Amino acid sequence: MSNHRVIVVGGGLAGLSATIRIAEAGLPVDLFSMVPVKRSHSVCAQGGINACNEVARQQGYSEYQHFDETLYGGDYLADQAPVLEMCNFAPRIIDLLDRMGVPFNRTSEGFRDLRLFGGSLFKRTHFAGASTGQQLLYALDEQTRRFEAQGRVTKYEFWEFLWPVIDDSGDAPRCVGIVAQDMRTMQIREFRGDAVVMATGGLGVIFGKSTNSVINTGAPASRCLQAGAWYANPEMVQIHPTCIPGADKCRLMSESARGEGGRIWVPRTQGDARTPSQIPPAERWYFLEEKYPKYGNLVPRDIASRELFDVCVNQHMGVGGQNQVYLDLTHMDADYLDRKLGAILEIYEKFTGEDPHTQPMKIFPAVHYTMGGLWVGYTPGDYAPPEPHAGEHLPGDEPPVGNTIGHGLQPGAPNNMMTNIPGLYAFGEVNFAYHGATRLGANSLLSCIFDGLFNGPSVVNFITNHEPADGLDQGIYDAIVAQEQGKVRRLLDSASSSVPRDQSLNPYQIALEMGEAMTTACTVVKTAPGIEACLSRLEQLKERFSRVQLEDAAAWTNQSLSFTRALGDMLVLAEAIARGSLLREESRGSHFRKDFPDRDDERFLKTTIAGYEDGQVRITYRDVDTRLVKPRPRTYGRTEDAATEKKTESAATT
Amino acid sequence: MPFKSKVPDARERRANRDCAKPGRTVRFRVRRCQGPGKPSHWEDFDVTVDPGMNVLSCLQQINLDPRTAGGERTTPIVWDSNCLEEVCGACTMLINGRARQSCSCLVDEYAPDDGDRITLEPMSKFPVVRDLWVDRSRMFDSLRRLRAWVPIDGTYDQGAGPREIPDKQQTRYALSTCMTCGCCLEACPQFHLEPDQDRWSTAFVGAAGFSQARLFNEHRTGEELAGERLDALMGPGGISDCGNAQNCVQVCPKEIPLTESIAAIGRAVTIHSFAKFFRLR
Repeated sequence: MSNHRVIVVGGGLAGLSATIRIAEAGLPVDLFSMVPVKRSHSVCAQGGINACNEVARQQGYSEYQHFDETLYGGDYLADQAPVLEMCNFAPRIIDLLDRMGVPFNRTSEGFRDLRLFGGSLFKRTHFAGASTGQQLLYALDEQTRRFEAQGRVTKYEFWEFLWPVIDDSGDAPRCVGIVAQDMRTMQIREFRGDAVVMATGGLGVIFGKSTNSVINTGAPASRCLQAGAWYANPEMVQIHPTCIPGADKCRLMSESARGEGGRIWVPRTQGDARTPSQIPPAERWYFLEEKYPKYGNLVPRDIASRELFDVCVNQHMGVGGQNQVYLDLTHMDADYLDRKLGAILEIYEKFTGEDPHTQPMKIFPAVHYTMGGLWVGYTPGDYAPPEPHAGEHLPGDEPPVGNTIGHGLQPGAPNNMMTNIPGLYAFGEVNFAYHGATRLGANSLLSCIFDGLFNGPSVVNFITNHEPADGLDQGIYDAIVAQEQGKVRRLLDSASSSVPRDQSLNPYQIALEMGEAMTTACTVVKTAPGIEACLSRLEQLKERFSRVQLEDAAAWTNQSLSFTRALGDMLVLAEAIARGSLLREESRGSHFRKDFPDRDDERFLKTTIAGYEDGQVRITYRDVDTRLVKPRPRTYGRTEDAATEKKTESAATT
Repeated sequence: MPFKSKVPDARERRANRDCAKPGRTVRFRVRRCQGPGKPSHWEDFDVTVDPGMNVLSCLQQINLDPRTAGGERTTPIVWDSNCLEEVCGACTMLINGRARQSCSCLVDEYAPDDGDRITLEPMSKFPVVRDLWVDRSRMFDSLRRLRAWVPIDGTYDQGAGPREIPDKQQTRYALSTCMTCGCCLEACPQFHLEPDQDRWSTAFVGAAGFSQARLFNEHRTGEELAGERLDALMGPGGISDCGNAQNCVQVCPKEIPLTESIAAIGRAVTIHSFAKFFRLR
């Protein structure tokens, strides 16, 4: 073990929990992040983290029900066994973060408080005000600092991951390190590692404006794809229904606002010019509550986004004739709102100037989360029912399997959350696991920390069976360093002032057009002609990118260079998203095709696999592992379907 | 009527927002610098501003085609930012001379009229990396120095943490929202630029440091290390360096009760030093 090292790329919830778990196991960790780790995008998460808990359990809830809700929410696209393990392990994660000092909201007796969240009728979401991601991330940042102070973790902050180093000389390829660049000095060098954990988050920046942070370009995942890793379900991008539109980003207005009682509505009269307080309740159209009596405002995000989109864009019933609807908290007690939702109400007021205590918020859907990601495998645990459990699991039903460790995943199996390249792992939002075609709110903070804590030991176990990378030939590292230095040289050459400036070759202009094309064709509603137009647009943008002109020739702290290089990688992933969207001729979860509005399990209960060869994205499919639960129709009690659903369910159970 | 104070208060900001003219031109004066040790110089940029734009979206607009107000091509402006919604602490800069987050600085509130100006400068208490980006690693070093963590036994499952009444949680929550932005240190007359890393261990930790130390001292397990934290705060760069200017609490974007934390730490240090003197600890 003495010469082994682990590289973790990305310092959000997944990266930090992996770092802590792996360092605790005795391996030195080199942790890379483009920003000081406590500024990672995880800090933006607002609403909470899911886990079964004692109160819900006594009301008939169980880890198994959480598992069932997650599969249903994901429209059955997720491989099932890892989801079972995640839901079973969840209560332990809350306990551990609690011990680390996370200031979870408390009940009057001092127990951890709970709130309602999308996709469940039970309170199983733990929270710290309305900034839960921040408090969880800070706790992990603090624990990482403790290991850093002991010399067991070395941080490389303001370093950018450029490419994985893969050794092809043995029987199987193996990831043996990375090449990275110091974003200030611009130095490029290799780092040897016996395993590399990618924990680099999502790709919202590809769509232009989203709820994501500036660094979430998806470039690291794209670089792994281009180096041979599979990228799964690229077409599954989550659109969050309630965001504040803005000039530079769409700011998230957490689902917890609805969980705590917020109501979505538009005036019943089209173009009603009255202020909201002048419109009496009878003249308000609470459209989600009317169409989905059971889940109301807490239907999962893809359903809410499509309904909002339809109300505004198709029916032209948006507030003031614009693409916006009301998210109303004004009927609630101001103190209660401050205690539970203070942070997000402040965000609304700071950025719009309006006070949500007295005025309903104006919101609209925006790109938010990446369910798709690097493909990862696993070793299933010991739960292997003779046939998949059929029918809805009702509260109070005896769970078919208990909540002890090892039913879903074999703990410590080296291939848990490992990509198709041995030694290259993907943890957190950057992988495709758990969430299928739609992620339930408050399940991401869970899946990210789960990967780090539960699957960290898999990385350790992989390493103990392999030779240390520090003995390998320098040549394979030098080759990648040379590759990356070449890219930088070509970009810096394009910044030469002797070349006449062409605005169509401006990287920010190309990125703007890519964002517009992707948002139009690959978000709430998709059609074949729309996606095809997007693909040909992307082809043109790729051609323009090949002649891109960098604005800044500086050899010091060149931010433009980093962005421009990432733009090339974003165009590759954009193509994967569009191709995946085109070839999946069905609607499932967040992927809605107007031309194929129904789910088609026979053709498409499959994982989309994007591979990259000869500069092209190629799509193939793999079966989804559905051995544990039989897929059923996903309607969330929609009023039109109530009669049809009863018929289908009785057919399914006979 | 628009207000023209350089750092408008809440009432002025609201009034300015209400009368901000769409499509107006605002002049940004940016203090630029190519790297550590290089001299800085001013550059002016004219930006067409629409309602709701923040300072950063104006910088993004400049970077689409970076030309000074005089029409000369220049390099894109460099700044530190990430979340754009005031939770990550990255985008601190001096706006009209006062430290604040730039993502939440609405141009309508500062420059509502055509021809109005906004000045942007990097923080002065941390070394400049380039343009508006400074190196705040000293703040993270202080967190290490103050053992700003809860010393858990390990990640094995040992059940829940200690129970906590809601009032206590609210106090700790407020302190936990510190995003290490540096506004309090920029505003503090006792906190100075210290480029020599070897001198950080005795340099002033500032309000953010005191408040984080208090946060961990208030936690039942975190309290284990209170002695070490208070030892550090008794020494050079600790509580005795605070001059009670109270600028910190006025500029904290998260409205953390910093002066309460300073008072709490002051009291704790006094008790701690007596106890040590009489060998009670």
